[in-house]
This record gives sequence, C-alpha cells and structure tokens, in this order.
Amino acid sequence: MADRRVTGERASRGAPATEERNEAGTRPMGDVLVSARGLEVHFPVRSGGALRRTTGVLRAVDGVDLDIRRGETLGLVGESGCGKSTLGNALLRLVEPTGGTVTFDGTDVTGLDRRAMRALRRRAGMVFQDPFASLDPRRTVRQTVSEPLEVHGLRSGRRERAARVAELLELVGLDPAVADRYPHEFSGGQRQRVGIARALAGEPDFLVCDEAIASLDVSVQAQVLNLLRRLQRRLGLTLLFISHDLSAVRHVSDRIAVMYLGRVVEVGPAAAVGSDPKMPYTQALLSAVPVPHPSLERTRQRIVLRGDVPSPANVPSGCRFRTRCPYAFEPCPDVDPALQPVGAPGQLAACHLHGVVGRPVEREEAVPAPAD
Amino acid sequence: MTGAPLPEPAVSPTATEAGVSSTARPPRPRWRQTLGLLARNPTAAVAATVLLLIVLVAVFDEAIAPTGPNEIAVQDRLQPPSLAHPFGTDDLGRDILSRVVLGAAVSLRVGFLAVAFALVVGALIGLLAGYYGRWVDDVLMRLMDILFAFPAVLLAIAVLAVRGPGAGNTALAIGIVYIPVFARVTRASVLGVREEVYVRASRSVGASDLRLLTRHVLPNAAPPIIVQTSISLAFAVLAEAALSFLGLGTQPPNPSWGLMLAEGRGFIDLAWWLAFFPGMAIFLTVLCFNLLGDGLRDVLDPRQRTLMAGSGR
Repeated sequence: MADRRVTGERASRGAPATEERNEAGTRPMGDVLVSARGLEVHFPVRSGGALRRTTGVLRAVDGVDLDIRRGETLGLVGESGCGKSTLGNALLRLVEPTGGTVTFDGTDVTGLDRRAMRALRRRAGMVFQDPFASLDPRRTVRQTVSEPLEVHGLRSGRRERAARVAELLELVGLDPAVADRYPHEFSGGQRQRVGIARALAGEPDFLVCDEAIASLDVSVQAQVLNLLRRLQRRLGLTLLFISHDLSAVRHVSDRIAVMYLGRVVEVGPAAAVGSDPKMPYTQALLSAVPVPHPSLERTRQRIVLRGDVPSPANVPSGCRFRTRCPYAFEPCPDVDPALQPVGAPGQLAACHLHGVVGRPVEREEAVPAPAD
Repeated sequence: MTGAPLPEPAVSPTATEAGVSSTARPPRPRWRQTLGLLARNPTAAVAATVLLLIVLVAVFDEAIAPTGPNEIAVQDRLQPPSLAHPFGTDDLGRDILSRVVLGAAVSLRVGFLAVAFALVVGALIGLLAGYYGRWVDDVLMRLMDILFAFPAVLLAIAVLAVRGPGAGNTALAIGIVYIPVFARVTRASVLGVREEVYVRASRSVGASDLRLLTRHVLPNAAPPIIVQTSISLAFAVLAEAALSFLGLGTQPPNPSWGLMLAEGRGFIDLAWWLAFFPGMAIFLTVLCFNLLGDGLRDVLDPRQRTLMAGSGR
C-alpha cells in the first residue's frame, strides 16, 4: 500500500487523512470497513429561559479521522468526557453527526434516509455500558434477543426464531432455558451476555462495544472480555472496543486509537501505542497503568498531568492538549496538529514534537488550567 | 510494559456465571405480580372489591332494581326508608333504591366513556409530544395549555351548549376536559423513558419509531398513566354529577346520581333521603377510585415494587 504522508496543509476537513499502511507484526487485515472523515458531533449549549438562545457549542467529537479495518479490533481509549462514546454512537448514527462523513463498507451512511439506515443496522451492532439499563425490564430475554430477527424479517415463524434465540444464547454462554426470564432475574455479567446476543442476532459485520465491561465486577470483566475475543475470532467480527481501561484495551486490540477532547490524537498498532507512544498524552495515560509485577511497579515512572481537561465547549486553540502538556512549546497554540506517521509502521500521532504539521489557526490565549 | 495478554480465566464462563438453573420456578407475568402486590395492600384491595360490586350492580341494574326507575306511585311519595323502600321514595313516589341502582349504570357509563376518550386522545398526544419533542412538542403542548386554561366546568358547559345535553355528549364534554391531564402525564413519563438506554439499544438493532413507541416506550411509561386513569374516573363521576346537577348532563326523568342530588336539594329539610343516598353513592365510588389509584401508584412504582416484593415473601 502506498505510503502517503500527511502534508502541512490539511485544508478541508473532508480531505482524506492518511492512515493506511500495512504494518508488520499484526495479523493480515483486510480493507477498511468503517471509516470516519472529519466527523463532528457538536451540541448546542442553550441558555435557560423561554427563548432558548444558543449560547455556545459543545464539541463532543470535533474532526475525527479514523479507519477501522475489516476483521480487526480497534481499541478506543481516552478519559471520561473525551467524546469516545459519542464517537461510537455517531459511527452508527445513534447520535446524528453534525459534520463529516461515515462510510460503512463503501456506503456513505451519513446521507442515508431513515429506512435505508434501519436496514443497514442489521450489519452493525452495539453493546452498551450498563447492562442494567440496556435491557427493557418489561421484555423477556427471548423478546429482547429476537427483536433484530423480527425487525429485519430474518427468521420467519415462531419456531425458527426460537431456534435462533437458543443458538445465540448458547453462543454467548447462557443456558437457552432462560429465554423466558426477565432481565431482573440475571446478574450483571449474564445481562451483558444477553446484550451481546442481541447485538449479534442480525449477524453483523461490525460491533461497537461502548464501555461494555466498565460496569461489571472485575472477575466478570475478564470473562466478558474473553467472550468478546472468542466471538470476534469465530464470527470474523470487526470490533470497536471503547474503554477508559487501557490495560483491557491492550489485551483485546489489534490497534489502539487515543482520544482527547473530541479528537483522535494517536493511533497505531497496539504493541506500538501500548509500549512506545509518541504523543505526550498517550504517554501520561500509559504511565498510569499499574504493572502486574511488584518490583517493576515500584520503579514505574508516573507522568502526572496538571489540571483538568478543558471543557469541550471551550477548546484551546491549536493543539488541544497544550494546556496540560509538559512539553508544550512555541507552535502549539498556533497550529492544529494533524496526525503524522511517527515511530512504528502504521503509527500516527498528532504532536508537533515530531515536526510541525497541521493547519495554522488563530492563537487564543489559553485558559489557565486550574492548579492542583 | 507491552500489552501482555491477561491470563485466560481457568474456569469457563459457561460453567460459572452463565448457569441460571433451568429448574428454577417459571417466571411470573408482570400483571400477575401487580395483582398479587395489590391484594396485599388492604386499602386498595377493599376499594377494588367495592368498585367491582358497584360495577356489577351497574351491569345487572335491571335485574337488581326492585322497581322500574320511572314508576310513579303518587300515594307513596316522600316515604322515609322502610322495608318496602330501603332508601325511601322521592316526591313522585319513585323508589330511590331502584333509581340509585339504575343511576349507577348511567354515571359509570358516562365516567368510563369520558375517561376512555381522554385517555386515548390525551395519551396519544402526550406520546407524540414527548417522543418527538421539538416543534411537535411545542405545538401539541401549547394546544393542551389552551385547553387547560379554561375552567373545567365552563369548558364542559360550552361543549354541551354546542352539542346539546345527553349521556354521550356529557361523556364527550368531560373527556375533552381531561385530555390535557392525560397528555401531560403521558408526556412527562415518555420524556423519561425516551432517554433510557434500552430504547437506544432497540434503535441500534433497527427498530422503527412505531415499534419503539408501542413495544418499549408506551409499556414502560404506562404506570403513571394507569394511576391517572383510576383517579380521573373519580373526577369524571363527580363531573357527571355536577353537570347533571346543573341540568346539562343526564336529562330527567332518567336517573343519574348527580341529577337525583339536584332534584333532592329542594326537599333536603323535609326528606333527607332524597339527596343522601345518591350522594353516598357518588362519595363511595369516588373514594374507591381514589384509593385504588393510590394503591396502584405504590404498586407500580418500580422501586417500591422491589421493596415490597422482597419483604412480602
């Protein structure tokens, strides 16, 4: 594959970003299944009162370029509020993007009408964070799991649907005999398995796991994580694994993308991003992961970031990490950094430390980060 | 430092976590559970039983009533309660017990029709306003505000003035008055349910708006609407009585509790039983609908439900 370099001016958001390079060391990947270009989700910030004037814009997702390859697991990490869940929802248009495009298997889904979009939903599933909230309490497991079958007319007849539901429950490690129970009769891990079964019912190509293990007990987390991995291999799924838990992401992912304040700031092979990150934010994130070895853990160097994440309603000019970055220097407020190839093959980082590349912007004085 | 894979858990998840024993008790349908909890709330249980009796009386009115409602026996007029006439007779010698029994059918029919109409129209408006939001919400709810701004009795009188009196029109008039109440209760409930993750989850598998509304939003938004229905029935019976009292509802000589109350008013110092028994019938019915509504509220509240289901076993 051609190695196109990101050049200085990435003038328009719609311009293709270069991300593609078949890196060595990972298993062979197919073409791109899901792709975002300049994806934006902006929410209007309204003042109270009867007139509801729009007083600002909250940039939850602000110009994300991301490619997810067929058959891979892409881990998406970042701290809470960085927009990773919104990004996952926007890729499936569960939250409407306000700008940019999402391409699914060659189709621009941002332009699809409601009917076409609903038909496409068979091919993309989602597993939600809280298994206590994501299952309708008034519907049995059977009703929940067979909903995609009914919606898309995949199995005609009660008997055939029952067989498929049993098959799906077995696939996720549940006893098919529990199909007629209500969600409140299950534990968190079991409910999450039901949620996974529902997401898989339409035989999707693409699965978004939005913090799918975050609200589970630690012992159950590992089980669900391994279940997802097994299913991914067995069914050839393409997985977007959204999590704030970097060690879980490293465990399951082929590649990792790091998000900060609505933007993907680093992406690359899991081994490279997980061991030798090129973006200071990723480095700080990584240094916070405990090492499961007593003596190594004692010598672990932590990079403690100053201050809080700026509000997505008031994003710093240029590099959005500069207000907390220990290495911030002259060009950071003036140039919005683009992703550029650094380090390992396939690794991209948006940081001026590796060469000032990006779109010049008007400098705004940074809001001082609150001191700790 | 590199991403060393976590060790696979030694036990397979199928063996440990997935095993809900298949021999456990069969699931109990939710409405059965609701009835069970309601039965354990003594006030609501008594209220429901009394209401059931009143409805039975209304249904089998002609079989129960000792005489016809409009049988005049001038020689027996204004008789106090006695064995022959347990509730006494009125100024035309009509048996009050018979008229109360037959009036139950009139009052309850108007009440049920009115609430059914308000429920269907109001819940639909509230569902659309709450689910779609934006301009749909603004337009529909402002209309409801306008309807709500009229004093209830005035609005009902206006409807009856236009359409003429009679049982059907009385029900329509009361129904229109209660549309905004149901619209608001439904909208408020839908606003909460709409944001639930399971609604988004169903959308994520491709469910249509119609499916989301009928299979997920409405069933989960239903409890406050059910409570409102029970309480509105009480108000509707009262409203029918009030309109009949004013001469706009049921027309004489047909019996209705409100009309009998109005007719008995003139004899209150002479023959208390003319107004007392229909008044008691109204009081009892309204009280029971209210108590049942309170009981339903307790039972249908999911948090309290868990609490009670846990302690009651």
